[in-house]
Amino acid sequence: MQAAYIARRFGVFLLIVWLAATLNFFLPRLSGQDPVRAKLLEQAQLGGYVQGGIEEMTREYERRFGLDKPLWRQYVTYLRDVSRLDFNYSIANYPRTVNELIADALPWTVGLLGTTTLLSFGIGTLLGALLAWPRAPHWMRWLMPPLWALHAIPFFLLGLILTYLLAFRLPLLPIFGGYSAGAVPALTWHFTWDVFQHALLPALSIILVSTGGWALGMRGMMVTTMGEDYVLFAEAKGLKAPTVFMRYCVRNAVLPQITALALALGQVLSGAVLVEVIFGYPGIGTLLYQAIRENDHFVIQGIVFTVIVALGFTTFVLDVIYPWLDPRISYRRV
Amino acid sequence: MRAVFRYIRRNPSLALGIALLAMLVLFVLIGSLMVDIENARPLSVPALRPPSADYPFGTDRQGRDLLAVMVAGTPLTLRIGFVAGFIGVGLGTVLAFIAAYYRGVIDTVIRAIADIGLTVPGLLVLIIIAVSIKGTLTVNQMAIIVASLAWLYPTRTIRAQVLSLRERGYVEMAQLSGMSGPGIIFFELMPNLLPYLAATLVNAVSAAILASIYLEVLGLGPIDSPTLGMTLYWVYFNAAMINGWWWWWTAPTVIILTVFLGMFFLTVGLDEIANPRLRQSA
Repeated sequence: MQAAYIARRFGVFLLIVWLAATLNFFLPRLSGQDPVRAKLLEQAQLGGYVQGGIEEMTREYERRFGLDKPLWRQYVTYLRDVSRLDFNYSIANYPRTVNELIADALPWTVGLLGTTTLLSFGIGTLLGALLAWPRAPHWMRWLMPPLWALHAIPFFLLGLILTYLLAFRLPLLPIFGGYSAGAVPALTWHFTWDVFQHALLPALSIILVSTGGWALGMRGMMVTTMGEDYVLFAEAKGLKAPTVFMRYCVRNAVLPQITALALALGQVLSGAVLVEVIFGYPGIGTLLYQAIRENDHFVIQGIVFTVIVALGFTTFVLDVIYPWLDPRISYRRV
Repeated sequence: MRAVFRYIRRNPSLALGIALLAMLVLFVLIGSLMVDIENARPLSVPALRPPSADYPFGTDRQGRDLLAVMVAGTPLTLRIGFVAGFIGVGLGTVLAFIAAYYRGVIDTVIRAIADIGLTVPGLLVLIIIAVSIKGTLTVNQMAIIVASLAWLYPTRTIRAQVLSLRERGYVEMAQLSGMSGPGIIFFELMPNLLPYLAATLVNAVSAAILASIYLEVLGLGPIDSPTLGMTLYWVYFNAAMINGWWWWWTAPTVIILTVFLGMFFLTVGLDEIANPRLRQSA
């Protein structure tokens, strides 16, 4: 039964990957652009005069890039390349490949987003649980409205305001970049501290915005869970309050939060693209922004595809371990 | 009238949301009477003036009067949100009713598409779509791009609501009395879902505005239009923050904040109408 369940989830994952690749392939072609001719015309204009042979040149280049083949042949070639994670060369940063660019940027994004998402998930879930708990200190009630309001603000807007306050008005933190200009990336204490300082502002803006959402969700689930009979029974048995709180309430209420975590990773990742742009953080978001400005289609497609596959994979892993977290859910089909 | 006031006192979030959005509408209405919208074009006023009596919001580097930009741009941004939100919720509602009322294969297909679509980060797909379209975008094209994914979430949530509604006794009653499928959908199910649909719509509009601003700040928006997102794009393009031109980004930031906070409190208020059970836990 387990194998069938895992196989089915894996099928969904493959479907997502195939859809993403197909979308990447067909959407730019549907728009009727002719990248080779556009590039040649651009070069000719830069050179000052338009040559007569531009049609022939276009045809020759299209033959060389395989663009003269029928669409389905191009599609098959594309799928084969993509399945080997080969996204071709970057147009703007030739001769670097898209893979190299992504490999350089990915650790920054994963480091920033992984840390902030897990931190805000942890803080938010705990806060939400305490907010619903009648014995929690009274002052905590006052935390809810500001967290709510912060949750309604887009990441990048809060980032903008925080930069102005904490980096421009009071120059406490660096305003821009992943590390100081001129610093040599190395595993020294000094460089690590530099990176940490630069990550603080973007991290803060992501944590402040997303904590409210986690707290809101957890609080709702806690309210429902605390009304259950087994909680009443646990209290009647005379169990200690912390035991009832952690083992009976939080443990049950946290499950939907974990499902949401997988979906949230996707939203955080897309929302954080702008956070990176604003702070000039050298991750995937900034790379994407530059690629858009330079019309570097291969890089854009490579990034979008990588992110979709990464998220599809996260969801897949989560689906597989979920029944282990919640024994009530079996691997069998519901 | 007094009943309305009494209700609003019980539902302060709704009042706050409506008040914030009403302030925006008033700002645009009064603004369009006082300001020459033509000054929202580049090179119409002196560049980079801080706020003064002549230009209360200051002017930007390309010589736009920022007050005029805000008066012209706020309705444009809201329009993108509303057009995309309406298309999204409209399409979502139709699909959800078809799926949940008729069940069977149609339901499986629609649900699978919505579920898979939701696991894919929508904003990134929007980027691919926007990049694929050549030439300068118009505000309406922008709205349609954003709408292309805006139906996924409404479809899923409304479907779940309809599923629970169709088991009610009065639906069975209507079926027994020979009412047709569309008849039941329009006259029995729809009226009961209206508050819920309203809350979904506000959510969808808010998400659409966010998506449009997001694309615009990345430089994928309607370059010639003075929308709020494009204003922020120029702010980053010219590094206004580091150059100390604080007035340039203050105005769009405040307005976008008002939009999102207004929408947020409106949703919370509408949720309370749509879902009275929340009242006990709040």
